[in-house]
Amino acid sequence: MPLITYRKALNDALAEEIMRDENVVLMGEEVARYNGAYKVTEGLWERFGDKRVVDTPISEAGFIGMGIGASMLGIRPVMELMFWSFAYVAWDQIINNAGQVRYMSGGLINCPIVIRGPANGGTNVGATHSHTPENFIANTPGLKVVCPATAYDAKGLMKTAIRDNDPVCVMENTLLYGESWEVPEEEYTIPLGVADIKREGTDVSLIAHGRAVITALKAAEILAAEHGIHAEVLDLRSIRPLDEEAIMKTVCKTHRAVLVDENKPFCGVSAQISSMIMEQCFDELDAPVQRVCALDAPAIYSPALEPIQLPTVQRIISKTLQIL
Amino acid sequence: MPSPTEDEVAVDPVDFSKAEVNANLTPDEKMGILRQMLRIRRFEQVSLKYYNQGAMGGFLHLYIGQEAVAVGTVSLLGKNDHVITAYRDHGHALSVGMSMNECMAELLGKATGCSRGKGGSMHFFAPDKNYWGGHGIVGGQTPLGLGLAYGLKYHGLKGCALCFMGDGAVNQGAYHESLNLAALWKLPVVYIIENNKYSMGTTLDRSSAMRNCLAERADGYGIVWDIANGEDLYEVRAKTANAMRRAHEQSLPTVLEIDTYRYYGHSVADANAKKYRAADEIERYKTHHDPIRLWKKRLLEEGVTTDAAMDAMDNEIKLEANASAEFALASENPSPESIFEDVYWEVDNNTEAGNTGRHFFGD
Repeated sequence: MPLITYRKALNDALAEEIMRDENVVLMGEEVARYNGAYKVTEGLWERFGDKRVVDTPISEAGFIGMGIGASMLGIRPVMELMFWSFAYVAWDQIINNAGQVRYMSGGLINCPIVIRGPANGGTNVGATHSHTPENFIANTPGLKVVCPATAYDAKGLMKTAIRDNDPVCVMENTLLYGESWEVPEEEYTIPLGVADIKREGTDVSLIAHGRAVITALKAAEILAAEHGIHAEVLDLRSIRPLDEEAIMKTVCKTHRAVLVDENKPFCGVSAQISSMIMEQCFDELDAPVQRVCALDAPAIYSPALEPIQLPTVQRIISKTLQIL
Repeated sequence: MPSPTEDEVAVDPVDFSKAEVNANLTPDEKMGILRQMLRIRRFEQVSLKYYNQGAMGGFLHLYIGQEAVAVGTVSLLGKNDHVITAYRDHGHALSVGMSMNECMAELLGKATGCSRGKGGSMHFFAPDKNYWGGHGIVGGQTPLGLGLAYGLKYHGLKGCALCFMGDGAVNQGAYHESLNLAALWKLPVVYIIENNKYSMGTTLDRSSAMRNCLAERADGYGIVWDIANGEDLYEVRAKTANAMRRAHEQSLPTVLEIDTYRYYGHSVADANAKKYRAADEIERYKTHHDPIRLWKKRLLEEGVTTDAAMDAMDNEIKLEANASAEFALASENPSPESIFEDVYWEVDNNTEAGNTGRHFFGD
């Protein structure tokens, strides 16, 4: 199987869907002639032209809202946010219009739109550019949100998101764009709402999404090598819909859970997971559920400090050792 | 842009009945216009009665006084022309042909409402009639209207989107972003500012910086703009037709500001409705500028109809409005199960995607 980058996997997914469905249009700041601020859309404008790959002005509320309106007429816009942090200037459009219009119209309207872009800290760009709003999106019935951790998942989830008839937010990660994974040449999709065991284990479940999965995998390796602890790593992949069954299954198998989450802790995704485990698997637990989140302050710029603000391998190991 | 100022219009009044789009109207069509305006007024009067009795919740933003705007503009729509508006949406909904029953039932939150009781007064929709709401956030619908125009252009259809908004919405950023995109990408959208002179309780001069009028701001984007007198149905139609022609033939946007007036408060819950404007101002509009009264006068002058025929029509419409209240009152409330319907298309349609993973949380 060829090794390709997370960036290329997304690029392939977009190209394949543009070719598959004439209503798919990519839009965003610098996506066309500039080839994408992070080069996710590289070469697509040259291949598919002005109609299918569209540069927008810096005007998120305007163009995201426009995409939502166009989706009501059957266009399938794939809107790039250069950073998900910029979604906040389009928040009314995303939450009130994409998120609520189906409900408020009694099901008469649907919005098959994808909003995608990176949503991560860890790149020393300060608090305004480092948000991880998957918890906010997941708190909005009507929206869906996925956070792929690998190139394979990024491609499969992106293709499914574009085909889905509801609004789907795809949260990527700039620190993963250049990383490579094995991706098959033949076409595949990954359903939304299906988690993936990235590493089998028996002693503790590390449950994560997005880049936190990669951190959890590194921690699992050290736990095995240095502590003889076999951690299972469950990648949620999709936050809403959520693969609740996979969560309960791994917890019932290992009886211990450490939730790893680049969200801030208060009302972060892992807070919801923790609550569900407590409600449904209380008797299976041999220890309290632990959480490893971003440190609870705005994302710091300092290159020396930012790495420790996000969940680290060491914090995961230390929390795990506390319950074993 | 060669747009007239208010002074020019006043100095050189035009008889818009001669405009092509009006000269071709048949007597039946003219009576149809009256019928639609009366339907809005009688429907809302009945809705007000039941609102005051406590039969509905939330807000009720009445359109009474502005009827010529929705009816005049919507009367021009063809197959590929679309409508979207803000929360003062009953007039547009009835104008596009929605029934009083489904609208009244929605006001009462019933399962038979147009939005199955999920939207309420501010959120009426009928996509089968090219009517896309009914939106509650001031200015929030302006990018959506742009998107409808984008969709039409993308599909190669000759049509346009009429995107209505109030004078209070012109200061929202989303509107300005929309104007920029509309001009930049030559999208067939017509922004219709229904200027009723008050954004809730704040007068125009206390809310909007401008030179002569709100539409003039379009100059900054190189968008053609115009102003119209909203009490003159012929003028509304003539000027909207120009804007629609520009959209259809050249795929260009227009901003059309239509001067109008609402008789009631911002909403019925507007406790200060009679404090931020003088009582005689309201009376002056009712007496001298009422669009229905003026249209009736026109029809009599033109010999299209008689007082008796118009009264008969009005009585028939009153019956329709009262019947809609009875229908709504007799309708069932939505079932508790329906709370979870209409959230996700994939779930509602019982697809594989809709059955994969958990979509709803809590108990």
